[in-house]
Amino acid sequence: MKLLEYQAKEVLSTLGIAIPPGKVARTSDEAAAACAELGPVAVKAQVPVGGRGKAGGIKLASTPEEARAAAQAIIGMDIKGFKVPLVYCETALDIEREIYLGFTVDRDARANVLILSAKGGMDIEQVAEESPAAISRLYPNPWRGPLDFELNQIAYEAGLGELARPLSAVMKKLHRAISDFDAVTAEINPLVVTKNGDIVAGDAKLETDENSSWRHKELEQKYGSVLEGDPYEVEAKKRGLTYVSLDGEIGIIGNGAGLCMSTLDLVQRAGGRAANFCDIGGGAKAEVVENALAVILMNPRVKGVLINVFGGITRGDEVAKGIVTARDRLQMKLPLVVRLSGTREEEGRAILRQNGIEPGANAWEAAQKIVEVTSPSHGEVPRSGGGEAQRSITR
Amino acid sequence: MSILLDAGSRVIVQGITGREGTFHAEQMREVGTNLVGGTSPGKGGTTHVGVPVFNTVAEAVRATGANASGIFVPPPFAPDAIMEAAANGIELIVCITEGIPIQDMIKVKDFLHGYPRARLLGPNCPGLITPGVAKIGIIPQRVASPGHVGLVSRSGTLTYEVGSALTAAGMGQSTIVGIGGDPVLGLTFKDVVELFEHDPQTTHLVVIGEIGGTDEERAAEVLGKGTRLKTVAFISGRTAPEGKRMGHAGAIISGNRGTAKSKEEAFRAAGVAVAETTDDIVGLLRA
Repeated sequence: MKLLEYQAKEVLSTLGIAIPPGKVARTSDEAAAACAELGPVAVKAQVPVGGRGKAGGIKLASTPEEARAAAQAIIGMDIKGFKVPLVYCETALDIEREIYLGFTVDRDARANVLILSAKGGMDIEQVAEESPAAISRLYPNPWRGPLDFELNQIAYEAGLGELARPLSAVMKKLHRAISDFDAVTAEINPLVVTKNGDIVAGDAKLETDENSSWRHKELEQKYGSVLEGDPYEVEAKKRGLTYVSLDGEIGIIGNGAGLCMSTLDLVQRAGGRAANFCDIGGGAKAEVVENALAVILMNPRVKGVLINVFGGITRGDEVAKGIVTARDRLQMKLPLVVRLSGTREEEGRAILRQNGIEPGANAWEAAQKIVEVTSPSHGEVPRSGGGEAQRSITR
Repeated sequence: MSILLDAGSRVIVQGITGREGTFHAEQMREVGTNLVGGTSPGKGGTTHVGVPVFNTVAEAVRATGANASGIFVPPPFAPDAIMEAAANGIELIVCITEGIPIQDMIKVKDFLHGYPRARLLGPNCPGLITPGVAKIGIIPQRVASPGHVGLVSRSGTLTYEVGSALTAAGMGQSTIVGIGGDPVLGLTFKDVVELFEHDPQTTHLVVIGEIGGTDEERAAEVLGKGTRLKTVAFISGRTAPEGKRMGHAGAIISGNRGTAKSKEEAFRAAGVAVAETTDDIVGLLRA
């Protein structure tokens, strides 16, 4: 789960890391009240993506009226596909210098890496590329965490030796985000040294591992529902399905993540675009197929569905029965193309044919077929506008 | 010959009395795997699917001389099961379990440094099969046939699909290995490719990768240094958008890292043929 800035800061605060005074505002009145209480504030959009400043999601307000206007402009705004649910009103810091501090999983090393840099407030990927020497790394032992001398060492290596003691304390606390919350990324950028010499988290990013949500129910309960996620993904999660929303017109169901991905690739190769996909996994029973189809069809942009199943353990005839049942129960009217191979494929295909579904011989043919039957030039009158343009793309 | 798993492998199933463990232990026996026992704490002394059940891996190893294990226990217990196997001398540990927390796997990886003879396959993988000899995991026997093609993949279903296509084309396999779709894994593409390189039975190689991480690039680097294996690579997720987790926990493009393009280019630069679709793999292998 990707936490919002204020949520991440709340968590860091429980670990003992200093954060600036701030208040969450869900309405412009609340923002005005927050400013009246805190004094001049930055009104910040809360979205789980970077680049909100450039998108106009951060405004400075020195009076409650300015805060009200800022919140009015920002709440509900769309930033990279996320509707801003609320703003965080935070007092400005008296900045002496800015540092970068973060933990993340280094996939290649199969380990956590702590990154410290004197170049704070910038995109760390960019710093890594342009001045790799400005970045110091530590791979702490995952069982016991970082040792004092290791933290001391990395502070000196980063050219921050004069801050080694207070920085070590902050690094130790941040590391607890891993052991206490299963964080896979915990980043403070900038970590601000104030004119008074305090070390305060200027911004915060925290992402926890979805595989560990069973041992952090409190986080999910507290923060899980704040952000309006993609409604279809939310519904799919409720039904226990692996589902991903995309932005095309063709719904895709497959078994296995790799197969689903390669099916998306085939659809695009055939000139179409996937609206979403749902992985029904192994042993796909009729009920799972029906659930998957139901969620896929919720998205009104879906103009047709491609089902691509390779039966390994799964039997083709059972999948075919599941598909027919699901289609009938959901009274599906949209075009449906099915590619069914593997175990008992002949029996499965026969069942599909008997029920008016023409099975594709292979995945590529099936992908071409669904693109053809869902293209605006096929059959029905094209949707208003864009018909010609779309035809030229699909043909 | 084959890699990792052969007739000499003495296999146990950890979590043998569970639903998955029971079903797949039976399937493993059916294809001829030398299944010598299983573990299930509290059920030691009983017999299940025709083999003795032990309370601990230590007991199982003492009684049966087991040297390989398949793990079918739920995510909260799987990391401990992997470490238990390694600490008791199991040399091939295959973890099928999906959904293990990343931080647990990072700890397990660190623990395994102390047991260099233990090789971990997975987690979140379909396991491996040496056709006609043995299997550990869930790869269906019918997609495989004995032969000379080494097949290594991150995806379960694509493995079955390509295995079937090879089998249908009369191109049998030495060993089929599913390394799994998690970001923190045991054996990597590079490790498995090197094993196939040293296996005299293997003459051809198929690598099925996907977006995320740089394991495919590392395998390509090894192949680029010279290989006797006729190799074809396929990468799924060409059209995946950045930052979306595409089903597998490990299948995610971060920034410009982990793209299908980068992986395909790495294989091409290594002189490896890249298949556009899985249907093209057999043809390219024959070309």
